[in-house]
Amino acid sequence: MDANAPLLDLQDVRKTFRARGVRVTAVAGVSFMVRPGTITGLLGPDGAGKTTLMRLCAGLLLPDAGRVVALGFDSRENAGGIQQSVGYMPQRFGLYEDLTVQENLDLYADLHGVPKAARTARYGELLRLTGLGPFGRRLARDLSGGMKQKLGLACTLIRPPRLLLLDEPTVGVDPISRRELWLIVSALAARGDTGILISTAYLDEAERCGHVLLVHNGEILDQGPPAAFRVRMTGRSFFATAAALPGRAIQARIMSDAAFLDAVVQRDGVRVVMRPGAQLPALPGIAFAPVPPRFEDAFVERLRAASPMPPAPPAATPSGPATSEVMVEVRDLRRSFGPFEAVRGISLRVERGRIFGLLGANGAGKTTTFRMLCGLLPPSSGSLAVAGIDVRAAPATARSHMGYMSQRFSLYGDLSVTQNLAFFAAAYGLKGARRRARLRWASDTFELAPFWNTNADDLALGFKQRLALSCALIHEPKILFLDEPTSGVDPLARREFWGRINALAAGGVTIMVTTHFMEEAEYCDDLVLMSLGSILAAGTPAEIRARSRTPERPNPTMDDAFVALIEAHEAQVRRAT
Amino acid sequence: MNRQRLRGLIRKEALQILRDPSSIAIAFIMPFVLLLLFGYGVSLDARHVPIALVAAHPTAQTSGFFSGFQQSPYFRPRAYADIGAARQALMSGRVDAIIWLRSDFTRRALSGGSAPIGVIANGVNANNARIIEGYVQGVWASWLAAQARERGESLVVPVDVRSRVWFNPALRSHDYLVPGLIAVVMTLIGALLTALVVAREWERGTMEALIASPATIAEILVGKLVPYFFLGMGGMGLTVVMAVVVFAVPLVGSLWVLFLCAALFLLTALGMGLLISTIARNQFVAGMIALVTTYLPAFILSGFIFDIHSMPWPIRILTHIIAARYFVSTLQTLFLAGDVWPVIARNMAALAVIAVFFLVAVARISHKRLD
Repeated sequence: MDANAPLLDLQDVRKTFRARGVRVTAVAGVSFMVRPGTITGLLGPDGAGKTTLMRLCAGLLLPDAGRVVALGFDSRENAGGIQQSVGYMPQRFGLYEDLTVQENLDLYADLHGVPKAARTARYGELLRLTGLGPFGRRLARDLSGGMKQKLGLACTLIRPPRLLLLDEPTVGVDPISRRELWLIVSALAARGDTGILISTAYLDEAERCGHVLLVHNGEILDQGPPAAFRVRMTGRSFFATAAALPGRAIQARIMSDAAFLDAVVQRDGVRVVMRPGAQLPALPGIAFAPVPPRFEDAFVERLRAASPMPPAPPAATPSGPATSEVMVEVRDLRRSFGPFEAVRGISLRVERGRIFGLLGANGAGKTTTFRMLCGLLPPSSGSLAVAGIDVRAAPATARSHMGYMSQRFSLYGDLSVTQNLAFFAAAYGLKGARRRARLRWASDTFELAPFWNTNADDLALGFKQRLALSCALIHEPKILFLDEPTSGVDPLARREFWGRINALAAGGVTIMVTTHFMEEAEYCDDLVLMSLGSILAAGTPAEIRARSRTPERPNPTMDDAFVALIEAHEAQVRRAT
Repeated sequence: MNRQRLRGLIRKEALQILRDPSSIAIAFIMPFVLLLLFGYGVSLDARHVPIALVAAHPTAQTSGFFSGFQQSPYFRPRAYADIGAARQALMSGRVDAIIWLRSDFTRRALSGGSAPIGVIANGVNANNARIIEGYVQGVWASWLAAQARERGESLVVPVDVRSRVWFNPALRSHDYLVPGLIAVVMTLIGALLTALVVAREWERGTMEALIASPATIAEILVGKLVPYFFLGMGGMGLTVVMAVVVFAVPLVGSLWVLFLCAALFLLTALGMGLLISTIARNQFVAGMIALVTTYLPAFILSGFIFDIHSMPWPIRILTHIIAARYFVSTLQTLFLAGDVWPVIARNMAALAVIAVFFLVAVARISHKRLD
């Protein structure tokens, strides 16, 4: 076989599934190749068909039409041959949580027929590569999310495969672990004989691939090296700043101008992308500086071309003058689970109409804090008031002022849109005219009317998110809790979602949000960065970024700041113990 | 089959069993609790049945007749002065039957005429009612004989029934219910063990990784069967020990035959569990299916409580596909009668056919794909 012959070759692959009697097209005519020594990235939002494509490549699904040839095996004729030789890491990697790191490695070494004599050297290499060396005897369940993913990767690499298929290895992993995973994958590709296909929903990871496939609705929208995507966008990206205006206000003004394709709040301004051929308009008080284009710009352009421009986010009309009413007040909050202290005495204060972000690596204590704030989990000690009500003393009363939207949306999949809304309205005790008015409000504000009788499970992800948000807001809460609200939705839906959140905040609703997307942290007015149960840094996004400024990195991104602050803190904790 | 892969899979499963208490709980605690509950709860023996004794005109004869009840372990008799009070006791459930000797009983019995004995039984509990009926007959017969002996005569009875009860001379219902119970309980345990653990692998996403590995379907299945076979045999051993020690059921047959049959039966149950888990990839659904398809048929259609011969023929045919039916009969035979090979060999052959059927079906249905 020629050294540069493709390791993986897909030709016009199609796959449909039958769900509730309806045929759903998951993959619609996809062709691409993976060559040795390259990292091919499969990028696209959730539901784009990435996982189905990965499973087709691994021979776990057979195509309805077209051909999948991996390492010379046609999946239709010899799926077993593919499984004998590729390395495949499914999204929820199959680690056995009640086995130790070493036992998991042993199992996969046995399954892949690694000879006993070769193991010591191979284990040593993999443990060094993943930094798992000191944790050989720890149970997989006790590893952090990032460490689990690294162990999964080590198990997949136990017998060096020529073709490596990685299905969203970085999903739900904090920025530090994401960087480490990418270092491992890049080192592997640099050896030259291994081809890697990796899927991800993080668009910024495109830059780390040699070749990028942009997937949307089961089709490849575009493919090529990431630089080619960027080149096309040259001269169209700017950074807009205004001395007196906060980023969100600049964004609202820019989105109302048709010359702009995209506007995202970032640092102290707004990153904007122009429509092709459009001239930079003169907006009083706003200064534009050119910035290098990035991959996401190209993606947004392709998506906007595929679907019409959404309306600008609803205009923000503050209800009454800004007050400094304190909506959330937490003092020395602690929570232990047995001997483990998940939250170690945190204090914070949120004023009305602010967007307050809670950031942190996996296991930092974000979710535990959130649950205590919502009155779902009693604190071990400390005081906790939401909307002026002591949550510990009167959790039910406090909850009537809260709306909560979780990552998984918590909708009833078998109920229709209207039934879901009616249920949540009833659960919050809405009756008669008020109830009718709120249902009408949900239908109008979130444009749900066309789907009024569709079951929640059958909605597209973006609409599911809208429905979940409208259910959380049905009782007009004073404070809205959002737990990783935008995981997995495409960049356009994410922008639309934040537009709505901004409008709510401007209308006086206080927003508490956790997120893994560092660029979303920029949307917040105030942030706290949590690590190992404590607050590491608190302040505005600009203040937090400034704390990690170094001579080598005069202008750090939120991602850089996150990594630097957490690494410094963890090193300090390790020294102390 | 590749030995290294198989060894790896079995070792993994064994480690999981040791670390995750749930499969150990299913294999040992569940049969322990079920056997105790049913063993003490399910009994067909009538004991200490409350009865009312009414003698309208008490005499030496009536108390002689009643003494037969007073010494019996089956009854807890209570004397009532008149039939009205006794009726009320029956209506309010304080007694299950009334033995009523009218005022002319003594006169008619002594005069050699026929003396009527009134028996009123609460037929709601048909089983107790039948026992009371039979017992009254027995008491009556022995009382007559005693009366005759007193008079120096011998009672002439044209037919003499001399019954011998073989294999369970004491007629203890425990002795045949407990072995049957072992079969019923182990059907559930065996199916649950495999159904839940395979469904758990689907839920946690480990199955996808396993399928995408070089391991073959046969290796994955055998890798599941072997560890849970040993675990299930452990549970089986526990139930046999409990039967002998706690419930004092005699074990007449030989232990090795018992374990040979148990092994064969466990394969049918484990195979059933594997089949369930290939269909339901969710622990809750798998658990419900296991309960409905194994436990209930084993309870109702195995002949454990309800006699198969008295079922209507379509249901009788249906019982032939229930593995527990053969194991119930094997266990009852082994515990009470001994190694009766004609019975055991026939049952073992049926169990083997069912086990092979399930395992082949699982191997056929499972494939290394996700759709």
